[in-house]
Order: sequence, then C-alpha cells, then structure tokens
Amino acid sequence: MTHLRQLEAESIHIFREVVAEFERPVMLYSIGKDSAVLLHLARKAFHPSPVPFPLLHVDTTWKFRDMIHFRDTIVKDYGLELLVHINAEGVKQGVGPFTHGSALHTDIMKTEALKQALDHYKFDAAFGGARRDEEASRAKERVFSFRNEAHRWDPKNQRPELWNLYNGRVRKGESIRAFPLSNWTELDIWQYIYMEDIPIVPLYFAAKRPVVEREGMLIMVDDERMPLNAGETPMMKSVRFRTLGCYPLTGAIESTASTLPEIIQEMLVARTSERQGRLIDKDQAGSMEKKKQEGYF
Amino acid sequence: MNDLSKAATAEIDAYLKTQEQKNLLRFITCGSVDDGKSTFIGRLLWDSKLLFEDQLAALTAESKRVGTQNGGIDYALLLDGLQAEREQGITIDVAYRFFATDKRKFIVADTPGHEQYTRNMVTGASTADLAVILIDARKGVLIQTMRHSYLVSLLGIKKVVLAVNKMDLVDYDEAVFNKILGDYMKFAEQLDFEEITPIPVSALKGDNMICASDAMPWYDGPSVLEHLETVHVSASDDNRPFRFPVQWVNRPNLDFRGFSGTVASGSIRVGDPIVEPASGQSSKVARIVTFDGDLKEASKGQAVTLTLEDEIDISRGDILCATKARPATADQFEAKIVWMKAEPMLPSRTYLLKLGTGTTAARISSLKYKVNVNTMEHVATKTLELNEIGVCNLSLDKAISFDPYADIPETGSFILIDRFTNATVAAGMIDFALRRADNIHWQSVDIHKEARAEQKGQKASVLWFTGLSGSGKSTIANLVEKKLHAMNKHTYLLDGDNVRHGLNKDLGFTDADRVENIRRVGETAKLMVDAGLITLVSFISPFRSERQMARGLLEEGEFLEVFVDTPLEICEERDIKGLYKKARAGEIKNFTGISSDYERPENAEIIIDGGKTSPEDAADQIIATLEMRGFI
Repeated sequence: MTHLRQLEAESIHIFREVVAEFERPVMLYSIGKDSAVLLHLARKAFHPSPVPFPLLHVDTTWKFRDMIHFRDTIVKDYGLELLVHINAEGVKQGVGPFTHGSALHTDIMKTEALKQALDHYKFDAAFGGARRDEEASRAKERVFSFRNEAHRWDPKNQRPELWNLYNGRVRKGESIRAFPLSNWTELDIWQYIYMEDIPIVPLYFAAKRPVVEREGMLIMVDDERMPLNAGETPMMKSVRFRTLGCYPLTGAIESTASTLPEIIQEMLVARTSERQGRLIDKDQAGSMEKKKQEGYF
Repeated sequence: MNDLSKAATAEIDAYLKTQEQKNLLRFITCGSVDDGKSTFIGRLLWDSKLLFEDQLAALTAESKRVGTQNGGIDYALLLDGLQAEREQGITIDVAYRFFATDKRKFIVADTPGHEQYTRNMVTGASTADLAVILIDARKGVLIQTMRHSYLVSLLGIKKVVLAVNKMDLVDYDEAVFNKILGDYMKFAEQLDFEEITPIPVSALKGDNMICASDAMPWYDGPSVLEHLETVHVSASDDNRPFRFPVQWVNRPNLDFRGFSGTVASGSIRVGDPIVEPASGQSSKVARIVTFDGDLKEASKGQAVTLTLEDEIDISRGDILCATKARPATADQFEAKIVWMKAEPMLPSRTYLLKLGTGTTAARISSLKYKVNVNTMEHVATKTLELNEIGVCNLSLDKAISFDPYADIPETGSFILIDRFTNATVAAGMIDFALRRADNIHWQSVDIHKEARAEQKGQKASVLWFTGLSGSGKSTIANLVEKKLHAMNKHTYLLDGDNVRHGLNKDLGFTDADRVENIRRVGETAKLMVDAGLITLVSFISPFRSERQMARGLLEEGEFLEVFVDTPLEICEERDIKGLYKKARAGEIKNFTGISSDYERPENAEIIIDGGKTSPEDAADQIIATLEMRGFI
C-alpha cells in the first residue's frame, strides 16, 4: 500500500471506532481543505450507509462568503445533516475581530460557541481535522483526545495510546475529540485531494481579489464590514489562501496557482508553513497550547 | 488551461506517479536529552527541508531565549512541543514528527529516555517498524541503552539502528566506535532482534546523517537517512493467517448486511471460507465492498466491508478468521503487561480489557513476577507500580479469540481500562492461552435458582452491608437475619471476621489482599444466591470497584447495597474492638478510615444514617425495602 492509502485506511478505522463506541458523535466542519478530506473519508468509512452523524459548523459570522456558499452546496449534493451554531450572545454584544481583536473574537465566537453547541446537543465525541504536523502542541495530542465536563484538555494527563487500540470510555458530560487526520501532513492532504478529485472552496485557487496589506499580511476585503484605515484602498491582486478562517484574520499569499497541480508545485517549493497566514497563532509563544487547554480545537 | 499550467500538470502527474511507489516507515528514537536525541530528529527534519522559514525564524528566536547552543540553533526546541516541557528542557510525552523524501514518508515517535517514562517509550514503540537507539560515543553502552533495547524488543521490533552519536567529541575515532559496537552486540544476544545496523554519527555537525561523512573515511556503511529510505519493512506480502476484527455492522437497509473493519493480518479473496472462532459459525466471503467499488481481494491494513454468503450472527468485537489457521479461543491466558498508571495494579480487581475491537471484563488472576528493565531479572512481586512490567495470568468473563503477540501482534495486544476512572492503566501482550479453562465446563443443571428460591417462598438476593469498622453493619445485619428467620425465610450471613478466620485466613490487609478478600466473598455470595438464599454480607469493603465487581457477579436487581453511613468520629468513639486506638497508635497498618481510604457508595439501594438511626429501626427499614421490592 502507498503511504496515502495507508493514511486513508487508518483514518477510516478511527471513524468507525468512534461511531461504534459513542452514542452521539458529530463532525466539526470548518469548510476548509482538511474538512473536505475529513468528509470524504467519512463517506468512505460507512459506505454504503450514509454518514451516520451530523456536521456542525461553528459560524463566527466572519467567514468568507465563498465558504458559506460552498458549505451549503456540499451539504445539499451529498445529502448531509448540517447544524450551524452561532454564539447569539456574542452577536448581541457585537463581537468581531475589528472591534474586539483577534484573541477575544476567537475566544467568544469560536471556542465559546463550540462549547455551547457541544453542550446543547450533548455530543460525546467530535471529529476534527487537526493534524500533528500543524503545530508543536498538536504533535503530542492523542487521536482520541479526552475532554472533561468543561471541555478542557489536560496535556499532562493524556491516556496512553498504543497500537490501534483507542480507549473510548467517558462518563456523562465528558467527551473526546477524535482526530482521524493526525498523521497526515499538508502535502499529504493536497496530494490526496488531487488523487481523489475532492471539491474544495475556490478561495484556495489564485484569482484577482481585493486586498489590503496589514502587518505584512494580505487581508481580503470580503464584505462592507471591513473598516479601511485612512489612505488604505483595496488593490486587486492575484492571490490565494493556504488556510481558511475568518476573513479578517486570514492572510492571502500572492500567487498565480489556479489549478491543483500548480498549488502542489508551489507547495513543494514553499518556504513558509501554512499556519503562518493565521494571526491567532502568533499572539504569544505556546498560544495554541493554551487555547487547546481551554477547549479550542 | 495555459501552457504553464499544462506543464505543471504534466510535471505533477509524473511526480504523483513516483509518490505512488512511496511507502511509509514508522520508527521510534530512543535515548535521552543527553544523547542528543532531539538534535538527531531536528537534524533529519532540517536536512530533509521540512522546516519552513517562519518555523526557522521562530526557532532562532526561541534558541536565543531558552536555547542551550550559545545562540546557535537548538534543534531540540523543534520537538519539545508543550510549553511546560520547554521550560524544564525535557520532553515528557510522546510526540509524532513527520518528514518525507522522494522514496518514503516517515513518522517518527519521539519519546523520552528517562526511567520514569517507560510508559511513553512503550507507547511509541507499539506502532513502530524500526527503532533508532542513540548512544553517546563518550559514554558508551549504559544501563539506559539496555533498558531501551529491552523495551523495543518487548514490543516486537526486529530492526534496530544503533546510532553512536557525538563522534565529533571523540575525534571520530574508529576504535571508540568498535568498542561500543562490541559491547552492544554482546548484550543484544539475549534479545530478539533480526537486524542491527550500527552507524557512527554526529547529529549536531551532520556527519553520516544524510550522506557519508568525510570525517570518518573508515566507515563504509550507509548514512542514517540512506538506511531509513531503503530498509525493508513488511509491506503487503503478508503470509500470516487472515484476521479481521469486526468494527461496525454496516446495515443501511434490509438488503445489505456488511461487516466493516480493517484487515489485521493476512489477506482474503471473494469466495474464501471464514469462521468466527468463538461461536464456530462459518461462511464464505460474498463481496468485499468499498466506496470505490468492490474488490476481489483485500490484505493487511485495508479498511473494507465484507458481506457473507450466509446470515450468521456476527457483531462488533468478533474476529473473522481463516478457517484453516484459527486463533486461540479461551477465557484465560498468560501475558506481559506494562503498568501505566500511578495507582498500582491490584490483582483480582476487575478491569476492562480491549483487544481488537472487543471489550471484556478481565482480572489478573496471578502475578508471576516483574521484570527489572535494567537487568532483565525476574523479581517476585504482589503488585505492579507505574512503569513496571510483569508477567501474569488473566482471567476473562467470557472466552475471546486472540493470537500470541509474537505471531500476530494485531490480535495479540490489548489495553486494560479502569472501570471507574476510565483511564488506560496498562498495555498487554499475550504469550499463550491457558487451556485449563477448556476442561471446566459449566454443569447445566435442571433445578435452578428460581426453583430453589420459589420453594422457600422468597426471591434470592444479596444484601451487601458496607461501612466503616464500628459503623454497626454487623449488628444491623444480625437483626435483619433474625427478623427474616422469624418470617420463615431462608438466609445466610457472611461476616467479615468469620470469613477471615476460615476461607480467607491466608489474606492480610494490603490493598491487593482486600480486593481478593472481596472477590472470594462475592463469589461465595453468588453460590448462596444460586442456592436460593437471601444472603447477608457484612464487610467494610472500602473500594467502590470491588463492590461493583460483586454486584456484577449477580443478575440485575439481585444485589442491594446497604450503606451504613456512620461518621468516623462516632465509629472511633464506639471502638468496640479497640481497633481505632491501635490504628491511631500506628500498631495496625492500612486501617480503613485512618490509614486507608473508604470510598463512599454513590448509588446504594439503602442508606442507613448510622449516627442517628437505632439498629432496630434500621433493620425494619431494610425489611420494608425487601417487602416493597418483592423479595419476601
């Protein structure tokens, strides 16, 4: 078996273990390329049965418009059950990245919102598309990552994970986050998308888009909520995104790669890692680890 | 599509073709921080160009802040993921790293080398095809080298790279390398390795890491990366017997019933006969279903869904097997276990055992010895502590199918889970089945429990009195028995002190003995219930899990837990047997409430407020409950 087929089989095994051992699983669907691969694997794992769990999208209300459109198309085409959760309290208070800063916005509209949704639906397992190669603290996280009643992760008290034997036992109120893509790298993801012809959001492909440059990052002006600084005018540039999140927090790269082969080629010669385009990781050293302990994915 | 993108497409197509030949090697690195292990892995990532500019920038900044290389790049910082560890300068858990060359993708399990972290090394080794054992050239073969080698061999790894590091600090001296090699080979004779590849390196300077070093012309073997890229790993040419643990029954509609799972060993073709060995049911494979269409054949590692020609009763946890090479099926086996939790192992306590996709209740029926990981000596023991390795017999609730770990690790490995904390407490590797179990078949009898109880005009049950010493358990139990007797009911009272004078006189008061004590009492109570009796058990029984075990022996509704909840101060004041006084004076060890814990029941059927209720009232309360529940 090639390494991609091995990774694929491993992920399918993880999906099936969770569905067999938990009462109420859900898949966190963030619409990005990793979610696309995750969804594709879920469909493979349970065929000919339909995907036996709903998808949950935690909508911060600041996602790119193209993402929402893509999400709705996929859900309809594949006949999936989609739950969308927005932190209503946050919306009422007008929380947004421009007014409250990236850290607070992410905390309220993403981490808090996610916990609200998990509590509301009483999910005992949630699939996520995180990979161990993304960030140092992820490298040590388990495939079945235990969360207490408050959704907290305790990196010092993780269950040992041996062979392919996952411990799926939780008490009421506790849960696990399951990461079927743990052993995939960014390159694996792109190669697999190409090999399997998996649809992804068009924002990954280069096109002329209106952007402004801030703190060395190219931010796309996706809607009228984006406040422009004095003297700032959006420029049309050929850009694409290596990672997708809230549009004000996601930096584009200048690129002309408009096909998958071109993207993979660009990747192979790339000299920056994909999370570089994300503001939230840079707040402080070990910031991802802190967020994860508090319940971020 | 323009010309440029056409060219890119052609190029990437060619590239992906080569990727299809690419396979996966998982390896583990063993050594301590001092051996330069993190530097070793950092160097492989660095030289295989898997570090990006922003990561490098972050690394440079961190190196200046906390680094140990006087401002130079400290590769080790790449690997120490968690902030707490970074500040202590040690890796404390298992981390997985990835890199790829044109020939292979690699997954590296990075685990610490300190003694207290056997658990992590065993975890990392469980999924590895190969181990890299690092030795500091200045120090040679150390006790920890032997420990790492033993653990790697325990987990069944057959291929080892012996990386003699820091050669730059011994002037690249061939004699130093040869001396270490000789020492190691002599020691490794006792272990079960098939291939040992010694390579002299300097991870810091890069010698023999990626390509041959000019500094060591006397060495003509491969570099570390060359070896990792070409070493043969068991791929799909798997000649072992077919094993397929069923994960999930796939039933989208009435016309389709498939069994989803991953082939654990061997291969299967459409039309091949299979058997579920625990029940003996057999059939033939009708289809091998995948999302991408049906297959003719599936082999080790493939995740598929099988449909069978006959309707047979298969569920999650069953293992579909080749009919001609069946696994063992037994409810007892010998295994090596590695204890992974700070709370020590208690023989006789019931744990959950997960093997393949099945979970069964199991207990350690006898602990033969533990292994000193430094010397490999066998040491007699009554328990296992964190990071200790023992050889023991396990006894399961029901017969399951398995293979010896040495033959098929995929169906010979298991984990043990604590039933209350749900923690993974141990990892196990099966040596062989114990056939004893086959010879003791359950006698099926015509006169059963219900018939015996009915004759007595009652329903058989256990009243399990638990509470501190001096709480009044036995007094109340005695009164209840008297009242039942007066009502012409058939009863028996098992009392802590009485049983300890006979059946359990070989047991002391350590945690392990307390567990065994309760197990025997539980089994005895079960026989009494089978005889149709209302059985009263009066035992301190301080641990929740043992009371749960006793409950588990009986049928739903037969077990009534009576918690005599008397505050410790009152029990101590009563001190009928003078035991509290002795315990306070330190004359009695492990005395419940003083020097050993009492875990309060969470869901007792009957709770007696022993501080306020008189024994007479308590007994009436219990009789009323028995009447209400229809036992009498």
